Amino acid sequence: MENFASLVPLVIIFPLLGMLINIFFGKNMGERAVGYLATLAAGLAFGVALIMTIAIAGNGFEASVVNMPLIANWITIPGANVFIPWQLRVDTLSLTMMLVVTGVGTLIHIYAIGYMHGDSRFPRFFQYLNLFLMFMLILVTGNNFLVTFVGWEGVGLCSFLLIGFWFDKTRGEGWRNSNAARKAFIVNRVGDFGFLVAIFLTFWTFGTLDYYKPGEMPYHPELTANIQNVSFAQNGGIGTHGVFILADQWLQDGNRTVAIGPYTLPLTTVVTLITMFMLLGVTGKSAQIPLFVWLPDAMAGPTPVSALIHAATMVTAGIFLMVRSNVLFHAAPLTSMVVTVIGSGTAVAAGYIALGQWDIKKVLAYSTVSQLGFMVAAVGLGGYTAAMFHLVTHAFFKALLFLGSGSVIHGMEHGEHLAHAAHGEDNHAHAHEGEHAAEHAEPVFDAQDMRNMGGLRAKMPITFWTYLIGTLALSGIFPLAGFWSKDEIIGRALYAATTEGRLEGWFALLLLIIAAGFTAFYMWRQINLVFLGKSRTAAADHAVESNGFMTLPLIILAVLSVFGGLLNFPWSLPGIAAETMGKALEATVSYASSVPFNLVNLVLALLTLAVALGAIWLAHTIYGKQALAEGNLDQLERGATRGLFEIANGKLYFDEFYGALIEQPYNRAAAWLADKLDWQFWHDYVHNSVIVAGFNGMAAFLSGPFDKGFIDGGFMDIGKGIQWLGRQIKRIQTGYVRTYAFTVLIGVLLVLLLILLPLIRQVLQR
Amino acid sequence: MPQAPTIPVEYFVLLSAILFIMGVMGVLLRRNAIMIFMSIELMLNAANLALVAFARQWGQIGGQLIVFFVITVAAAEVAVGLALIVAIFRTKRTIDIDELHAMEG
Repeated sequence: MENFASLVPLVIIFPLLGMLINIFFGKNMGERAVGYLATLAAGLAFGVALIMTIAIAGNGFEASVVNMPLIANWITIPGANVFIPWQLRVDTLSLTMMLVVTGVGTLIHIYAIGYMHGDSRFPRFFQYLNLFLMFMLILVTGNNFLVTFVGWEGVGLCSFLLIGFWFDKTRGEGWRNSNAARKAFIVNRVGDFGFLVAIFLTFWTFGTLDYYKPGEMPYHPELTANIQNVSFAQNGGIGTHGVFILADQWLQDGNRTVAIGPYTLPLTTVVTLITMFMLLGVTGKSAQIPLFVWLPDAMAGPTPVSALIHAATMVTAGIFLMVRSNVLFHAAPLTSMVVTVIGSGTAVAAGYIALGQWDIKKVLAYSTVSQLGFMVAAVGLGGYTAAMFHLVTHAFFKALLFLGSGSVIHGMEHGEHLAHAAHGEDNHAHAHEGEHAAEHAEPVFDAQDMRNMGGLRAKMPITFWTYLIGTLALSGIFPLAGFWSKDEIIGRALYAATTEGRLEGWFALLLLIIAAGFTAFYMWRQINLVFLGKSRTAAADHAVESNGFMTLPLIILAVLSVFGGLLNFPWSLPGIAAETMGKALEATVSYASSVPFNLVNLVLALLTLAVALGAIWLAHTIYGKQALAEGNLDQLERGATRGLFEIANGKLYFDEFYGALIEQPYNRAAAWLADKLDWQFWHDYVHNSVIVAGFNGMAAFLSGPFDKGFIDGGFMDIGKGIQWLGRQIKRIQTGYVRTYAFTVLIGVLLVLLLILLPLIRQVLQR
Repeated sequence: MPQAPTIPVEYFVLLSAILFIMGVMGVLLRRNAIMIFMSIELMLNAANLALVAFARQWGQIGGQLIVFFVITVAAAEVAVGLALIVAIFRTKRTIDIDELHAMEG
């Protein structure tokens, strides 16, 4: 049989090619060509992923491992027994991610052609997007932790580049954008440190980083040069094992220990350590407490970036990693508990913060954090399938919502432009009067502030209806996608609490239901503020619907958001088997198990639905008549709820907390170091006093006493001495010949005496 | 062959020594260059006398041979020396040795 899995390098190569072509020729190709090319690259990758999915569905979800061309023998240190090949893994999990990344990615590429129109760095934007796709696909396809880490760091880099894409905006906005980019990068560094330590520990413990899972028969990696790709059924296992196989076997052995430095730890402890460090990486990348603070700021990037990277794909890498490592997490109940608590805590905290935000994208950002919390909690509760299911549906409706918000922002900016064109002369004439004065008091028009919106429903119908679908899907309203996936997570919490008797299950259940209520509430508040009611500014009044590039992806994503639930439908429908995704993932995720859908679940689903509907009803009662209270205040910003709103608006003061805990001490330490250590001590004292003075003193000594005095003077003295000697010896040379003759005579007589001396002695002795 | 009465070698050597000392004294004490020159000749001939005397004493021809060389060299020396004295006299208008101390250091 033709093995379609061997196509997998193409999903990485296509975006790479797209990027390279755009780098070298993008400047001269024109906007459309650049955009189409980048979209084509993403689309081709999606096509390849689709072919492989169909193929794998046809052969019973059998996983394959494919060698990356040219760099298959990636890291080989034979002496140290280190062999880390660059292999790509095609299984249901990586394919799920590939489909989401390339599918949503392609739609967002199309959208970006419209959104980024006229930007001065249009080609660069698409280069970055393609680069991001490449790294994300490396991340999801890698067959060992290190390849995943390469992708992990690569997407972090692209995230940094794209958040700070508008670093050169005027009026301090560029500065804010690049600060947000730096914040994202630095916060992620903390998480990456955790992931890296987890990788080191894994390698130390198991001696390999490969992802082969229990039941698979990995082949000897040194054979990679000869074997092009491996389908496990065809291959007898030869030797080397993957991390998960070893973990599975060794944990069953029991009593295994691992020597780490001077300590000898039981294997279960080490696995807990590994997963804990991995969790730190996850909290960074997937924006969980305590490292979620970067994600809301990351909204400084262009909206397609927010949709693609900071909602649909990159931030889900953490969930993907945990699902991939399910064997380890399954074996570490303590970590699973921490994961559950962090996930559900994040879900409810971020949901609460979202209630009090004014920026249309900030609401969605906190919503993303909250939904990622749902997924993380699902992983902690053992619901790996539920997490992946929610990941996929969330990618649909959150990308939809972000793109919708981008469309709104676009429309608002257009409206602002048109409003100025219409009232331009008016503005100048009555600059100091009436309502125009208020406009001038606020010099920068914020196209993202929901207080400036309202009544966009009539102006932007497609955006409104798709946004409404996204809202309902996110809120978990039957029968849209979010209902099924969210309910599966909540059902999982109940299952963990009751059947498995895990205490944190109850905790998660409570928090997640509250978070679901928050979700419905803040989304409906947003609908009211943005789309319903009357326009509150001239810009909103003049807003126009976006062009086809932007509305087409909205429509497609809206359709996906409606029908996304079918991916893992609890019952079989005509043409669709029950729990398609769950069955598929069970082939890959060893400890994926589906919760049987019974009456209790139905009651729970109805309860959750009731909570969501109740929250929507509440939000509609509060914001429905009049979205904003007097003085541009939120309806909740007065009376008894004012304090609660302000806490939400202040983002639970996490930034202030980190500011006080880390940033300010760091800045103070930096200032102290710069002033005291560098300037006063190093520059003033060491440099001026010690080095300069020392050098000057040394130079003065060398040039003065040493050179002039000793060397120069010494040679002068030698000269003088020789002169003196000459003057003394000169006296011998009298010039009188007779003196010389007499001297010769004396000399001759002395020689004679010397010769005759023995004779004389003989004579004297006789 | 009848043994002719011979003058003992001591006599020759004594005479040679007297001559040599006279030469030395002449060199050291005279100031006229020509006189010094002649004194040198005297010393050479004193040496010749001693050489010949010893050659006869020991019946060896070598000493007499050297005497010829010495006479030859002396002749050459006289030629050069007198020429020098003439040249010096022409420039300095004197041959008083003590006047000629331009080589003083």
